[in-house]
Amino acid sequence: MPNALRQFLTHGGKHQRQVMFWLLLGALLLLPFITDALLGRGWVRIADFAMLYIMLALGLNIVVGYAGLLDLGYIAFFAVGAYCYALTGSPHLAIAFPMLFPDGIHLSFWIVLPLAALVAGGFGVLLGAPTLRLRGDYLAIVTLGFGEIIRIFLNNLNAPFNLTNGPQGISRIDPIRMGDISLNATQGIFGIALPSVHLYFYLFLAFTALVIVISQRLEKSRIGRAWMAIREDEIAASAMGINTRNLKLLAFAMGAMFGGISGTLFAGFQGFVSPESFSLMESIMVLCMVVLGGMGNIAGVILGGVLLAILPEILRHSVVPLQQALFGKTLVDPESLRMLLFGGALIVMMLYRPAGLWPSRVRRRELDSDEAGVV
Amino acid sequence: MTATTPLLQLSSIGKQFGGLSALSGVSLHIRRGEIYGLIGPNGAGKTTLFNVITGLYQASSGEFQFNGNSYQAGKPHVLAQAGIARTFQNIRLFANLTALENVMIGRHLRTRAGVFGALLRNRATRNEERAITRRATELLHYVGIDKPGQTLAKHLSYGEQRRLEIARALATEPLLLALDEPAAGMNATETESLKSLLQTIRTGGITVLLIEHDVKLIMGLCDRIAVLDYGKKIAEGVPEQVRKDAAVIAAYLGGGNE
Amino acid sequence: MEIFLQQIINGLVQGSVYALVALGYTMVYGILGLINFAHGEVVMVGAMLALSALTAMLGWGVPPLLALPLSLILAILGCMALGYSIERVAYRPLRHAPRLAPLITAIGVSIVLQNLAMMIWGRQYHAFPQLIDNQSHLIGGAIINDIQIIIFVMALAIMASLMVVVHRTRLGRAMRAVAENQHAAQLMGVDINRVISVTFMLGSALAAVAGLMVSANYGLAHYYMGFLLGLKAFTAAVLGGIGNLRGAMLGGLLLGLIESLGAGYIGDMTGGFLGSNYQDVFAFFVLIAVLVFRPSGLLGERIAERA
Repeated sequence: MPNALRQFLTHGGKHQRQVMFWLLLGALLLLPFITDALLGRGWVRIADFAMLYIMLALGLNIVVGYAGLLDLGYIAFFAVGAYCYALTGSPHLAIAFPMLFPDGIHLSFWIVLPLAALVAGGFGVLLGAPTLRLRGDYLAIVTLGFGEIIRIFLNNLNAPFNLTNGPQGISRIDPIRMGDISLNATQGIFGIALPSVHLYFYLFLAFTALVIVISQRLEKSRIGRAWMAIREDEIAASAMGINTRNLKLLAFAMGAMFGGISGTLFAGFQGFVSPESFSLMESIMVLCMVVLGGMGNIAGVILGGVLLAILPEILRHSVVPLQQALFGKTLVDPESLRMLLFGGALIVMMLYRPAGLWPSRVRRRELDSDEAGVV
Repeated sequence: MTATTPLLQLSSIGKQFGGLSALSGVSLHIRRGEIYGLIGPNGAGKTTLFNVITGLYQASSGEFQFNGNSYQAGKPHVLAQAGIARTFQNIRLFANLTALENVMIGRHLRTRAGVFGALLRNRATRNEERAITRRATELLHYVGIDKPGQTLAKHLSYGEQRRLEIARALATEPLLLALDEPAAGMNATETESLKSLLQTIRTGGITVLLIEHDVKLIMGLCDRIAVLDYGKKIAEGVPEQVRKDAAVIAAYLGGGNE
Repeated sequence: MEIFLQQIINGLVQGSVYALVALGYTMVYGILGLINFAHGEVVMVGAMLALSALTAMLGWGVPPLLALPLSLILAILGCMALGYSIERVAYRPLRHAPRLAPLITAIGVSIVLQNLAMMIWGRQYHAFPQLIDNQSHLIGGAIINDIQIIIFVMALAIMASLMVVVHRTRLGRAMRAVAENQHAAQLMGVDINRVISVTFMLGSALAAVAGLMVSANYGLAHYYMGFLLGLKAFTAAVLGGIGNLRGAMLGGLLLGLIESLGAGYIGDMTGGFLGSNYQDVFAFFVLIAVLVFRPSGLLGERIAERA
């Protein structure tokens, strides 16, 4: 970041910050129209997905960044949320239980949302309870396994009765409605026609803002400090009277709930879910966002989320034409290149810039004042 | 509880690691308001005893009473709640947090805000946060760290880190402050200021348990001293008594441990 | 009854492969206290290297019985180089960093290896060529074929020689010393970095052999095969007591048996609710159960709890 801007953002007075805030908000509200005009139609959808990822990354940030627990199967909680809404907001269950639910279940999104958050949180507790008293490595590997297990179940629970519809996934999920307004159709507001992706953009923007506020408040609280104490030194933390096991469990459950919430939003937005959206690679991608931006720093994590969400688009538009121009054919497809970059980024960041691209304020000040190692 | 019952009473504490006996049959008591010293050659079991009292290890045999309650295997956070706060031989601060945050974490135990308080940021929570910050600032000042609260703990000087650990421990409002070699690695001036800090703390009504290698410091500071050797208590008493004790002299000079 | 015996045989064969991979996890853990997440991918690379070499040599007309050992040696050398580089690049610089850091680089290395393998070998399954006349033998109603016998015998032989290396040689003594106390070993003149490098190379060599065995047993290899295999072998290591060599062997064989018997009988156990396509979930539940009830594993000491 240019120095002047950094100066302005961090050392500016209260008034300046307020101006910045309103400018930013205005820009975000106009963003869908700007991208439509400048970049083309597809970009609002990309922005919608970017916000889902940012919510996921902020959830994982609580677990990894604040409490220092490595969760490698985080996407499983996203899956739990998504399937919660897929089952209770679609005609699908009519197939498995035609007598019980002749039309499937069509609960309102707004009822399912908190329930899905609780279910995901519950899974978090179930998974965390046996492992959290052990060393962190075990949690990493158990969550890694859990992410895969969830997928195996989703893939196979179409028999003997069809709960998940297996690899085909569940489709025709009800769109999210606000009152009488369905977000799946173009709506006119103040004479402006807002297509569905725009409506979801504003909904997700609101949810992202909420998640950011929650993260911020948790970070600067007694609970957040206790998490960071555990991250820094678990033994010293317990000697200070922190019940490390309960607080780790809390962090894990909170993170899982964030995952569940974004999963529910995802299902409503897509109208379709299938197991392949919840692969290990997705977990890694979210982890990458957290690490790349700067573990424990909200702004950094958001930056990481934005960068990685638009990366595939950049790759798609650069890698293929570049290879065509150079070799006359496509040797490396953008998808595998993307994963390769993720893996490489995890290694390089940990080795050379463990505090991330955008380190937290205190760390940055320290980096400015001396060049002592950050590790 | 009367003021005459000991604050901490150990009854034949034993601790085995595998087949090795690190402590056997250690009994001692610490009175309210005193500074109690624990010395002994390297490997005598001082830190092990310390870790038992603070809940990091479970005693293999025996039990101890603290402030009227019996413990055999406490969890660290339970004993901290009961009123035992400690520092560590090799400093264990929350290195990437600021000095102020380190002490604020010490307040965790005596404050209450949970997730809902954090999210709603209601009046009670805001007041509590203010009180935490105020108290932490006071404590930093009390132990003589006058750097701005924004300095990361790992960038404080060695002596400051030691004192920050004490401030963090004091933040838990302990009845017993247990210090594991607080003067290790300090120069003469730093040791001197540590000595007066500990006297001030005691005057404030907090009982102090001290493990130390610096015999001069311990003789000049402690009301009573116990000497451990090979996991057993070989002497206990006021400094002059211990200094003349034959077994102690043998342990320090004859054993070849030092 | 025949089914039972058949599942026992399959379980022991598969379990001996798990044991070889588990040894790699456990050796590194014993010495560095680090879970080498990338180990499963080393197995995959071993399988792919061996298979490519084998296919190429057979194509050039090299006799199968010469091509097999040659390609195995090639895979072993390749994996040893890989294991060495992984440690040097991703772990050594972080030896004194916070615990999270090497875990994250480890996962990064896995992803890189997996995707490089996908670029090199493609997404498709590679078939293991027919090398020998793989005859089946009937024992008490169950079938065991030559390849299975070779795998099992070879795995046992390798494990036995590893025990000899660890307990009877200078190198093994140095390894045990470093595992016991790095600092003290260093004072005694042990070159710690060298011991760690050698440990990684030894584990990777075992992984290469295991990779070849797995692909021979199933008749195919795939860029994604390392992930689940690694997870299961890690479970085996935890089951036996991570850091304990005998434990890894025992855990591997046991896990193979549990999985194979479980897959054989899961239909009966759940009244047809779950089928054998759930074979892969057993390892996970074993892992959870061990962590809940006996985190130190069957043969481990109480090292699992706390850092």
